[in-house]
Amino acid sequence: MNTDLLVSVLKRASQRGATAADGYLVEESRFSASVRMREIENINHSREQRLSLRVFAGRASAAASTSDLSRESLERVVDEATALAKITAEDPHAGLPDPATLITRVPDLDLEDAGGDLSPEEKIEIARRAEAAALESDPRVTNSEGAEYSDRRARYAYATSHGFAHGYATTSFGISVSPIASRNGEMQRDYWYSTARKRDRLEDPEAVGRKAAARAVRRLGARKMKSVEVPVVFDPETAASLVRSIAGAASGPSLYRRASFFLDRLGTTIAAPTVTIVDDALIPSALGSRPFDGEGLATGRTVLVREGVLESYLLDTYSARKLGLASTHHAGRDGAGVSVTTTNLMLLPGKTTPQELIGSVKNGFYVTELIGFGVNGVTGDYSRGAVGQWIENGELAYPVEEVTVAGNLLQMLSAIDGVGDDLVLRDRTVAPTLRIGRMVVAGT
Amino acid sequence: MTDLARTRPESFFSDRFSITSDLMERVLGGNLIGKVDDADIYLEYRINEELVLEEGTVKKASRHVSQGAGVRAQSATRTGYAHTDEISLKNLEEAARQARAIADRSTVSGTLALPSRGRPHDLYTLAEPPIAADLARKLDLLRRIDAETRATDPRIKQVIASITSEEVIMLIATASGWTVGDIRPLTRLNVTTIAEEGGKREIGSYGGGGRVTFDFFLEEGRWRRFAAEAARQAVLKLSAVDAPAGSMTVVFGPGWPGILLHEAIGHGLEGDFNRKGTSAFAGRMGHKVASELVTVVDDGTIANRRGSLNVDDEGTPTGRTVLIENGILTGYMQDRLNARLMGMKPTGNGRRESYAYPPMPRMTNTFMLAGQDDPEEILKSVKHGLYAVTFGGGQVDITNGKFVFSASEAYLVEDGRITAPVKGATLIGNGPEALTRVSRVGSDLKLDEGVGTCGKDGQSVPVGVGLPTIRIDGITVGGTAV
Repeated sequence: MNTDLLVSVLKRASQRGATAADGYLVEESRFSASVRMREIENINHSREQRLSLRVFAGRASAAASTSDLSRESLERVVDEATALAKITAEDPHAGLPDPATLITRVPDLDLEDAGGDLSPEEKIEIARRAEAAALESDPRVTNSEGAEYSDRRARYAYATSHGFAHGYATTSFGISVSPIASRNGEMQRDYWYSTARKRDRLEDPEAVGRKAAARAVRRLGARKMKSVEVPVVFDPETAASLVRSIAGAASGPSLYRRASFFLDRLGTTIAAPTVTIVDDALIPSALGSRPFDGEGLATGRTVLVREGVLESYLLDTYSARKLGLASTHHAGRDGAGVSVTTTNLMLLPGKTTPQELIGSVKNGFYVTELIGFGVNGVTGDYSRGAVGQWIENGELAYPVEEVTVAGNLLQMLSAIDGVGDDLVLRDRTVAPTLRIGRMVVAGT
Repeated sequence: MTDLARTRPESFFSDRFSITSDLMERVLGGNLIGKVDDADIYLEYRINEELVLEEGTVKKASRHVSQGAGVRAQSATRTGYAHTDEISLKNLEEAARQARAIADRSTVSGTLALPSRGRPHDLYTLAEPPIAADLARKLDLLRRIDAETRATDPRIKQVIASITSEEVIMLIATASGWTVGDIRPLTRLNVTTIAEEGGKREIGSYGGGGRVTFDFFLEEGRWRRFAAEAARQAVLKLSAVDAPAGSMTVVFGPGWPGILLHEAIGHGLEGDFNRKGTSAFAGRMGHKVASELVTVVDDGTIANRRGSLNVDDEGTPTGRTVLIENGILTGYMQDRLNARLMGMKPTGNGRRESYAYPPMPRMTNTFMLAGQDDPEEILKSVKHGLYAVTFGGGQVDITNGKFVFSASEAYLVEDGRITAPVKGATLIGNGPEALTRVSRVGSDLKLDEGVGTCGKDGQSVPVGVGLPTIRIDGITVGGTAV
């Protein structure tokens, strides 16, 4: 772990007049191979590193980052950041966390694959198998946007001018497939993917391909609908996007800017009693897990919503101080500085099967894809393009497209009247199938 | 800083990293030429500065440097790409070997890339690049924006203003034996407000910029206009009613609503999707895909625009491509790979987010040419519908042609008159069909203020859009009022 480099950068910042500083170093190597219509399409190799630095001049701060880790470049970055800190305004809430609260022992979350690397040929073969399975699984799969295998190895190090210096390493692997199904001149694309920290936890490439093909084929023959207000069932993928919107509204920066529909709602009921949302950073080998946050604070399990009650916000040190609360240890780091990020964010499962949820709807909409950006984080107003299947008498009857689903997130959360038992921790943010009592589906 | 911004790309990379054009050509020649159909080496150095004011004070100041080199080798439909963030001869050689592995796995097609050499444009030589402008002047402007925006209306409770400035120096050496560089300034001013009244809160946002100097914001009252617009939108939305749900006549205002074109037809006319037959527009060249009132162009050659480039990221000078002429599909946007494979000419649309990505066909500034109609008459012609003037982001499913974009400022129209403002709503349509319903095109073509960023396959690039006032007879509005 290259903490020595960070420590020397922080030392220079002190020499330049910084009263405190912290730095984050990411070194990563990536590989991806894609195959389209059984032929190799792209092979990408990369190796990258980025050092980001935050310096304080009293209560004023500035950030800088560079991908050039040469001595001259690092010296320039430190000098520029310390100079910038002197022009920003004093902010009584700015500063590093109390050193006494920093993590002292880094837990081993088993985030790194211990196995050896595969050859490029073997990786290409994984993508080829996934796409071939999609192309062969149904005669209506006639074209493809391709299949991709990717892997990434990364090392993270964090240090502060108080003497904290720790790091950890991760690996991640992915397979994705985007087949195209066609019939009578109509074309429909869909996709499926698998991603994991350990290569052997990836789903079988053939299974990923077949699932992607089935998703594309089931969209053939899609109809537009007349506008109507009906129960709407979100599949686990689209339900997860609702959870992401909730996390955005619960994040500290949106709250202290008064730009969130969760403002002044801590401790109040914001969702149906069947809704519990948890962020858990310590699940071994999970994609969102991390041993400490972007400010060196120990991560843990945060209950965001417990049985419908908003129990916690998601805070870094700065937003916590602004709100008069304690950090929930959700600081994230990127080139631009400190932000708030979730780890493994989950809406916990209920006891109803997805089949029962669909079966409970006489006339409604089962959503399998959402597109567009129609979510207003300030008001919760929600309006997005949707694709899915129409439900008639408890059965998936036919595919639907070119419609929108609209409502308000606060009303939608309260109107959740069914939570599926089908939660799978297959990505950083996950949810089971959800049923919402009534939403407006707009069409013709 | 100023020195750096004034350098020539060739001397910049040779002074700083000892990488000369000759050396790049030697790496290409030794490793790639003759073994692949096309190849290039791309060097990039980027400085980015961001200043953010909120709660009345400049809270965030940051400066980021990134640099790197990407080496690409292509053989038939295959691309090998390797990049490194340490620009050195050793790493270029290693990247060239990795990229070439693609060729070792296939036979060369023998179809060599057409040289697309041409004179680079000179669209954004500036008296002073925005990144070099005095920090104190930028901070002062942010403070004035804050004060002015708050003064416009007592309901404005929050103001977030930011100035971002960037300078990208790039140099590309191609297998056809020429090297071309570009220095690309870019800046943007953005104002976001939160208005509150009676427990209701709303957000407004406005901004602009381009490949322009910092003084651009001070000229023609621009910053005051951006601030006033951001405040006006937030306050207006406090009284918005539920948006209607269903298909109706929609009049689009001029300028940024051109995002309609970007989503409805732009992406679908990018060369890669058409070569692969995965676009809803595939095989429709020469067919009628829009009303005869509609002519749409993609033009990367407009001086100082956010979406403009002197040369694209493959070294091809940008151009003006007519995508739709009087309703007939006439052109695709191409990079070198897809042009070669389709037997067409590169159009200067090969773009990449940074050295970390290989280029692909992307839009530059995409807009509809002006028509004959008086914009006011267009509004008056609507019995019952929606007038949409400001939009957030959009998205499209290339394959089935369905596109969405979100109206953030829109009004109901009754008997030709604008009535109540409505809450944000997503509009959804079908690309190959939506523009066939254009029944009026105004004489008031406007390009957007310079705020667009387009994402494709995880790569973001700055783009522009433009539109005159138009009327579309039937597009689905995704509101909640059934």
